[in-house]
Amino acid sequence: MNAVVTANGLNKRYKNALALDHVNFRIESGRIVGLIGPNGAGKTTALKAILGLTDFQGELNVLGFDPRTQRDRLMEQVCFIADVAVLPRWLKVREAVDFVANVHPRFNRAKCEAFLARTKLQPEQRVKQMSKGMIVQLHLALVMAIDARLLVLDEPTLGLDILYRKQFYQSLLEDYFDENKTIIVTTHQVEEIEHILTDLMFIRDGKIVLDTDMEAVGERFAEVMVSADQAATARSMKPLDERQVFGKSIFLFDGADRATLESIGEVRRPTVSDLFVATMKGTYA
Amino acid sequence: MKTFYWLVKREFWEHRGGFLWAPIVTGVVFLVLNVMAIITAEVVGARHGFNIGGNNVQMMIAQANQGDLAQIGTGLDIAMLSSMGLISMVMGIVVLFYCLGALYDDRRDRSILFWKSLPISNTSTVLSKVVSATVLAPVIAVVVGVIIGLVQLVIFALVLSMHHVNAWQLITLSHPFRAIGTLVSNIPLYALWAIPSVGWLMFCSAWTRSKPFLWAVAVPAVLGLLVSWFGIMGLFNLPTVWFWKNIVQRALLSVFPGSNIAYSDSALEDLGDSHDPLSVLSPMHSYTLLASPNLWLGVLAGAVLIAGAIWYRRVRDDS
Repeated sequence: MNAVVTANGLNKRYKNALALDHVNFRIESGRIVGLIGPNGAGKTTALKAILGLTDFQGELNVLGFDPRTQRDRLMEQVCFIADVAVLPRWLKVREAVDFVANVHPRFNRAKCEAFLARTKLQPEQRVKQMSKGMIVQLHLALVMAIDARLLVLDEPTLGLDILYRKQFYQSLLEDYFDENKTIIVTTHQVEEIEHILTDLMFIRDGKIVLDTDMEAVGERFAEVMVSADQAATARSMKPLDERQVFGKSIFLFDGADRATLESIGEVRRPTVSDLFVATMKGTYA
Repeated sequence: MKTFYWLVKREFWEHRGGFLWAPIVTGVVFLVLNVMAIITAEVVGARHGFNIGGNNVQMMIAQANQGDLAQIGTGLDIAMLSSMGLISMVMGIVVLFYCLGALYDDRRDRSILFWKSLPISNTSTVLSKVVSATVLAPVIAVVVGVIIGLVQLVIFALVLSMHHVNAWQLITLSHPFRAIGTLVSNIPLYALWAIPSVGWLMFCSAWTRSKPFLWAVAVPAVLGLLVSWFGIMGLFNLPTVWFWKNIVQRALLSVFPGSNIAYSDSALEDLGDSHDPLSVLSPMHSYTLLASPNLWLGVLAGAVLIAGAIWYRRVRDDS
């Protein structure tokens, strides 16, 4: 497999905070990567570095280009939705399609119009007359019609209702994603994207604290529900996290022995959000 | 090239109100005011029993010598160009604020993130905005000004023909084609002359984190005041008037069409001599500006500022 993004010693300092602290990672082609972290952990900075929107120290290679110096060529292969409502308010649907069709060499107009036909958007409608959900529909129609190799989504569904959110990810999976494309997505609504991710990256205080694919998550992490009498045994095995539900304790283990865990209680695969909460414990303290 | 065309088109879409409707509305208001003035004159004239034009004017024209006819023609030319003067003022204001917002507004509303998601270089983006300010805006203003001017001429002709004056004879005394040619010929000159202002305003627009207008005005004004202050105290022998005229005004006011006339030493005297507005604006005259270092130093300064704006467009990272 060939790498879409390779970062080596990526470093970015704002005036009084370290946003990226010598980060290394590699993203392969044909993956859907969730970049997940608390507010201010450096997610957006990492994405901005990939998109050539910010300066940084270290080495970064995106599709063979250096985003700092070869941004114009890089952007032919990369699309991004920064978050909802960054489309200019004066823009009409027709103008948006015309403009992108004429400046983007990899834009497929017919495809875009087919996507738009499935929405309530009208050609003469301006962005300022649209709801947040409709703006995202327009943006997604534009982006999905571009045959890009890397799609970067930064909180793309923030503030949308659940219908729009579901539809957003469903469209991406059904009509856009294939093995030649790569998607990097950041969001706080972890539960909703959990089942579509192939890879998971946790970022905290500018460091990547977890970088794994989803299959490995199931093998490495386990959640065990134990009754009170077994709790002490479980605790001695150094769990990542412990919480109480209905008089029972739920422990989260990283790389513990399966057989031992099964002997003390009911083992199941942890959800990404539980894993996230356990990993990020004490972030805001 | 195609991308650049669409970039300029995008500027037009976004600023249709300023670039297109502002001159049209100005022109139409101007025409309406004129018609109101004519009606007032007619009503007052009828009430007091005197007649504007009529046989007297006809006789006057018949008896007029060459010089008098030229004067009448000049009067009509002035009438035709007067709307252009007003439209130019409005256009200057539009361009001033357009430049201040051009590289700032999309940072403020974060739509820059959408534009930057497309494969367009910062250089083309900034240059498309420069072209919109220095070429697109004046071309539209001139087209609108010419149309309004011609309508104005036709209105005068109709009013006079109601008073039994041979309107066509009058119109042949004016020089509509020469006027149009003169206006068109001034567009490239305007573009060159406006570059330092456009450059400075866009530089502020790309550089500032907030309040581009304040920075754009305050920096040259405070510098000017400092120069004047040192001058008053006699500390340094800085050329105060020179600074205000060649730095402050050139940085802020050169976006106003015709602002170059004040820098031509002979222009105003010539106007006094000939009473012919076309001669001041004529390419024969206005293009003598090409020989002035002021123009070319301005173009140079503007180019440097635009390069700075492109650089800041790339590195400003606040959205």
